Amino acid sequence: MALTIAGTELASRLILGTGGAPSLRVLDEAIAASGTSMCTVAMRRLDPGTSGSVLDTLDRHGVRVLPNTAGCRTAREAVLTARLAREALSTDWIKLEVVADERTLLPDGPELLEAAAQLVADGFTVLPYTNDDPVLARRLQQAGCAAVMPLGSPIGSGLGIGNPHNIELIVAEARVPVILDAGIGTASDAALAMELGCAAVLLASAVTRAQDPARMAAAMAAAVHAGWLARGAGRIPKRSQAEASSPRHGMAVL
Amino acid sequence: MGTSAARNADVLVAGAGVIGLAVAWRAAQRGLSVTVADPAAGSGATNAAAGMLAPVTELAYGETPLLALNVSSARRYPSFVAELEQDSAMTVGYRTCGTLQVAWDGADLAALRDLHAFQLSLGLAAELVTGRELHRLEPGLAVGLPGGVVAAGDHQVDNRLLYAALRAAAAREGVAFAASRVTDLVVTGDRVTGARLDTGEVLGAGAVVLAAGAWSMQVGGLPPDLLPTIRPVKGQTLRLRTTGEPLLRHVLRGSVRGSPVYLVPRADGGIVVGASSEAVGFDLRPRAGAVYELLRDAQALLPAIGEAEIDEISTGLRPATPDNAPLIGRTSLPGLLLATGHYRNGLLLAPVTADTIADLLAGGADQPELAAAAPTRFAATAAAAVAAR
Repeated sequence: MALTIAGTELASRLILGTGGAPSLRVLDEAIAASGTSMCTVAMRRLDPGTSGSVLDTLDRHGVRVLPNTAGCRTAREAVLTARLAREALSTDWIKLEVVADERTLLPDGPELLEAAAQLVADGFTVLPYTNDDPVLARRLQQAGCAAVMPLGSPIGSGLGIGNPHNIELIVAEARVPVILDAGIGTASDAALAMELGCAAVLLASAVTRAQDPARMAAAMAAAVHAGWLARGAGRIPKRSQAEASSPRHGMAVL
Repeated sequence: MGTSAARNADVLVAGAGVIGLAVAWRAAQRGLSVTVADPAAGSGATNAAAGMLAPVTELAYGETPLLALNVSSARRYPSFVAELEQDSAMTVGYRTCGTLQVAWDGADLAALRDLHAFQLSLGLAAELVTGRELHRLEPGLAVGLPGGVVAAGDHQVDNRLLYAALRAAAAREGVAFAASRVTDLVVTGDRVTGARLDTGEVLGAGAVVLAAGAWSMQVGGLPPDLLPTIRPVKGQTLRLRTTGEPLLRHVLRGSVRGSPVYLVPRADGGIVVGASSEAVGFDLRPRAGAVYELLRDAQALLPAIGEAEIDEISTGLRPATPDNAPLIGRTSLPGLLLATGHYRNGLLLAPVTADTIADLLAGGADQPELAAAAPTRFAATAAAAVAAR
């Protein structure tokens, strides 16, 4: 069930954000329970030189580090932050975030697209956090992004997937993995994302701010797997009337 | 300063923050000769702190072992303060003012209700109140706050007055001060027998207490894996000044759209607003964005704060351990004790830390109550991690 992004296989389809964990021990336990293969880390609030940082924890688990540009408001800022990340962490993968304002943290489409184009030209493997807008998702793919990561609902809101129809539309025409990023509140949201055809789910607060983060991480891992299985299994159509599960033909008339 | 350092002492304390000095004072009270070494005494987390003594409103899910320690230290505070004020002939600004923990919107209130249920399940004194009741308690609060929790037993101390009093009390008890950094432990045979200072001087000591906060891992000669990683987590606080009628009677803590802020009103009209939390290494520069966020959230809860005068912007480095609980007690290296890693709770935990370490220095046995803070608690996980590789 491995996920492939830009030719690289990741064993798990659950990607964890590290923000909001109350302690490194809690993060450590959550990573272990999630079985994740990749974690995303905000470059703006990180000193890669400090020992005992979140990077040491990720390193101990052998998970891939996906730096992100959280907090950037313009294409220029995001491109600079991505270059710093490449320098500091020796990876050309970048989770690209360019948000419009701190109240909604919604992606700023034009700035995002501009930053994506510049970073692709600069040799980055770009995973953009985007709106649940099928047209913007298409444009990001055309720009050469290695995945598209539409939101389910605003970051940290835990509101789940606000517009499942749009996520399906994005999935239907995607030629790169679609990763649902942001808005997951609980396990059923993650399962739904996978049932809609997403290749993976990225979440942070739903686990790190849960009362028992390790337990929620295990729940998310199970939900992502369940949703992925269900998507592949082919669900039955929804009907307005009942249909008996046992056929009535050929029953003895008593 | 002024007192010259003793060449040999029963106890050498590395670090003269609130923890180091409280340990020194308590140890000296028991008749031990004590030297404290620090190149910049009292300038670290001790100085930037706000002095909240808040076991109830500091409670976090998954941190119940730390809670018992916090409660134990809060209970010691009245007698700790009384004794210290007498020994130092100074006051420390201990105010039994209670704490209000307020929600900004419905989502914050939902989170606070869950936390309140958790507080009650642990037998803590905390009362859920409506927005209207909040206003009766603190008329200056923003209108429309949906509710909160009253923690009547969460108090405050003026961290800087407390520090000055500890300094005076320790000096009266004969504690010697060296304005130097401990660079290395000196190990003779299988035990610590002293430490080297950055002046090159070696001080002999029967025991060394490492109380250097975020800098604790920078002391040389520590055996690898003796300490868990202690990392610096930068915090910014603001010191504001108000005149006339006090704006606040209680310590006010809140979550504004998920972002935590606190306001601690001093008796003299000062208000300490805190605190940012940034894991950015040994960086003490104040950041404009952190000041903005603190004032934005503080004003959302207490609109009149906008009229206050800004006295000071302080930064400090909290010493954070992997599980947010401190390291208090003996280590596997004889002669070395730890009193560090207090993260957000150094002021609160000073009494229990000082009592415990002084007890151990005087030959006392390990206390089961302190198991959550045992310096050796990470050894098992460290060994497992090595084995798993």
